[in-house]
Formats: sequence, structure tokens, C-alpha cells
Amino acid sequence: MSSPRFEANAAALAALIPDGASVAVPSDNSGVPMALTLEIIRAGKRGLRMIGGPTAGIQVDMLIGAGCVASVEAAGVSLGPRGLAPRFCAAVEGGEIKIIDSTCPATHAGYIAGEKRLPFMAVHGIFGSDVLTHRADWKIITNPFPPHQPLVVVPAINPDISIFHAPLADEHGNVWVGKRRELKSMARAAGKVLVTVDKIVPEDLAGNAELAPGLLASHYIDRIALAAGGAWPTALPPVHPEDGAELDAYAAAAQTREGFDRYLHRALTPRGPAQ
Amino acid sequence: MSNPMAGIARSDTYSKEELLIATMARLFGDGTFMTAGVNSPIPAAAGLLREQVDPGFYVAVHGDPGRTPFVDGGAEAFDMAAQGRLDVFVFGGVQVDGKANINLVGIGPYPQAKKRFAGTFGAASLFYLVRNIVLFFPKHDRRTLVEAVDFKSASAIGPKEAYRTGSPRWLLSERCLFRFDLEKERFTLVSVHPGHSLEEVREHTGFSFDVTDRVEMTAVPTTAERELIRGPVRDALSKPYPDFARKLLARQ
Repeated sequence: MSSPRFEANAAALAALIPDGASVAVPSDNSGVPMALTLEIIRAGKRGLRMIGGPTAGIQVDMLIGAGCVASVEAAGVSLGPRGLAPRFCAAVEGGEIKIIDSTCPATHAGYIAGEKRLPFMAVHGIFGSDVLTHRADWKIITNPFPPHQPLVVVPAINPDISIFHAPLADEHGNVWVGKRRELKSMARAAGKVLVTVDKIVPEDLAGNAELAPGLLASHYIDRIALAAGGAWPTALPPVHPEDGAELDAYAAAAQTREGFDRYLHRALTPRGPAQ
Repeated sequence: MSNPMAGIARSDTYSKEELLIATMARLFGDGTFMTAGVNSPIPAAAGLLREQVDPGFYVAVHGDPGRTPFVDGGAEAFDMAAQGRLDVFVFGGVQVDGKANINLVGIGPYPQAKKRFAGTFGAASLFYLVRNIVLFFPKHDRRTLVEAVDFKSASAIGPKEAYRTGSPRWLLSERCLFRFDLEKERFTLVSVHPGHSLEEVREHTGFSFDVTDRVEMTAVPTTAERELIRGPVRDALSKPYPDFARKLLARQ
């Protein structure tokens, strides 16, 4: 059984992401790898094709603002309770990035097909939506079985790389994602899985009956790096809530290009997370 | 039974928000499981009010970990909807049209919109699955209630044979309440809120709609509803929406 390699830090993981890669990322508050995101920006990655899980937030907004992104496939990109994602909206309005609109269950279905190495998956509804009109890769088929109704099918999503942050890993390379089952699908669908974690323990978590159901087993993971507080300032349930003041500061700063640049400069200046 | 409202000032007046909360809660009818999405304090309050008057009703509130009963990742709520287990959902958006299509994507051309918004989220699929969908567009003007939306994020108008466990049923605004007839693909005006009129609704609505012989007035919140909104509903709301909950109290 293969085991992941442990890297020294998030920067070592960022180095493994080639320009132009398709990169799957979690929805906000589901293990967003913010420390790794800053390293991707610092490394000056370009042309990334981001895929939401199924939505995206501050992480993708920052990557867009930093010029790392060529396209975004997502059911929504926003700052949640803080409103629109300013750099995302500006980039779409300015034609600077390609937007591939989706709808949440279709993206979930794509990852699930992807992890099974099936070519496609059916999703209910979606008829009449312009999301469907603009997705040449989505098709309407007739169910080959009774009652032979029309169905929308979406292709498998097999990202080059899935990245996320998790509370816990063990020295065998098992990673605990808890309730975030979609992270398992996104990892198993991907060509490569890079994970940062708050903590690495010696105990084999696969032998822990309480934690095992929430584990992504080591054989799905390529590299793990310790990055304590690596989801900050987003929330990492059940470990820590969001840092509301920091997220407010980002939402305010990112309204303008200049404000975003100032925020990013500060964020890239070496320092520890607030907690 | 002790009165949980003891000490709270009673008043016969009600705020605009309270009218919307009470009106929306009545639309949930015999629903049993509602999910209130992100940035939805009034729908969340309406769900919490419905819980107070219907013990069989439950609302999951985004942003309140104590009201997030999903344990199996982000796809679970959508699977629940497909199973017919998600009764009630409230959708907003940038635009709504006379066929109950909603736009959550952008104003102007696509994909390079003049004004881009967040995206469709789950709406395109949920429009066929959630039994009782309420469209909530508080801002009621011709830029919002339009003849045809710029981008159909979600539409209920699909093949008759398609799998369906629900559809949009209501459109609630700051001025009035419409009911949606999926067969006719049209809205009918149900009632206008106190202080508003049919003429005013026509003037500010960009799509044509049906009216019945007699246009009703939307029922004002009852004393019991107001007390519940100002008591247990506000308390439950103060965790996910502290600012909104404070504002509700400040109105007294």
C-alpha cells in the first residue's frame, strides 16, 4: 500500500502544482487551505483552472486577484455573509478569466462520477436553466430504463490536483476530514492530492473506530504538510470558527484593486496566524 | 404555562420585516423540513416562527451549527431534496420574471456580464425537487420583477415527464404576494400588503400577472405572531444573525 510523503511545509506543496493545472478546492468553511493558497500566490503560479467544491470563496477570490487563475468552474463564488467576491466579479466583468457556471448537485455528481471513473452522472432538474444552455459538455439523455424520462447528465470531474486543509493526520498518512464527505470524492477523483493539516499524531487513526468513518485513507493522498492554523481565517469546524474581523478586512480591502494589493502584500509578509 | 414574553413591551404596531416574516411563515403550510440558506435572515426567521406554531416543522439555519443537521457533507441536502425530504426552501436573486425564472448570475450579456453576481448555487436542480419553493424578492421594482430575466439560473419550466417533487409556488415582495401556477406558467396576485395597492403593484411589476375578482389585503401579523417574533424567534436568530436580531428588537 502506498503512503503519502510528508513535506516540510505548505510551500513544498505549492511547488508541486504546475502552471495551468486544474485544481479542485473546498467550499468555504470546509477545509479551505489558506496557508497553501498564500504559497501558491508567492510561487507566482499562473493559468490555474479552479474547480469549486461545489462553491468557492475568499481563496479563489485571492488567487484571481493575484493573477494565478485562468478559469473558474463553480456553482457560486462569494464571500458568504460578506457578499460578493470582489476580485472574482471584477475579473468576470473584465473578461480576464473564463467562468464555467455550474449548479451545486451537478458539481457533486461530477466528482462522484470522477471517483468511480465513470464517464458521467445524471442530475435531477436543471431543465430550462441557462446554466445548461451554456454548458456544451452537459447533455440531455433519455433514461434507458422505465419510465424513460429525460435526464440531464454531466461529465466526470477528474481534477489534476485536489487541495484541502484538515484538522488531523496520522504518521501513516491517514487524514481526518470529519463530516466533509465531498472532500473524499474530490480527492479520489483527482490525479494528485495535496493536504495541509493542523496536527500530525503517531496513532494509526484507521484503528480508531470513532474517527475511521471520517478518514480519507492514506492511499488516496500524495503529500501532507503540517501547517498549523492553515485554514485561517476561514472556519475549520469543529476545530475553530472563522476570524470574522480578518474576513471583514479582506471583504473591505478587496473592493478595489489597490486595496486588494495592499491586503495581499500584508498577508504575504511573514507572520504567524492570529490565534 | 408561563409566558416567555413577560417583560417584553407589547405593541399593536409591526415592522415591515415582521409583516414579511409572518406572511412567509404562513406559506410554509404543511412543510416539515426547511433549509434557510446563506444571507437569509427573514426566511430563517419565518422558519423559526413556523416551528413555534407547528411542532412538526423544522428549519435548518445556515450559519448556526446547532441547526445544521447534515452529517454527510455538502451533497446530502441535495440528495434529501431529490428524495422528497426537503419541503421548503426560499430563493432570492437579482431578477425574477413572470415564468418564475430567477437570475443569480448577472446583469447584461453572458458570460462577460455588466454586473456579475455569485452564481446559481443549487437552484437549477432544486427548482424541480423542493416541494414548496418561495421566491423572496423584497425589492419590488421593474428592474427586479422583469418580463424576462437576463440569465435563467433556475427555471421550473421543463419537460412534463421530468422527475419532479416540487416547484416554485409563491413570490413574496415588499408590496405583495403572488401564487405561481406551473400549468399556466403565470403568477396570480394573492394579496397586497397594507398600504399598497393593485395599481401600485402593476406600476412596479415588469411582467403581466393574473388577478382575481377581489384583491385581498395581506393579513397583518397577529399579536401572537408578533410576540413569538420578538421572543423565541429573535433569540434563536441572534446566533446566526446577531445584527438582524438586534435590529428586530430595536424596532419595539
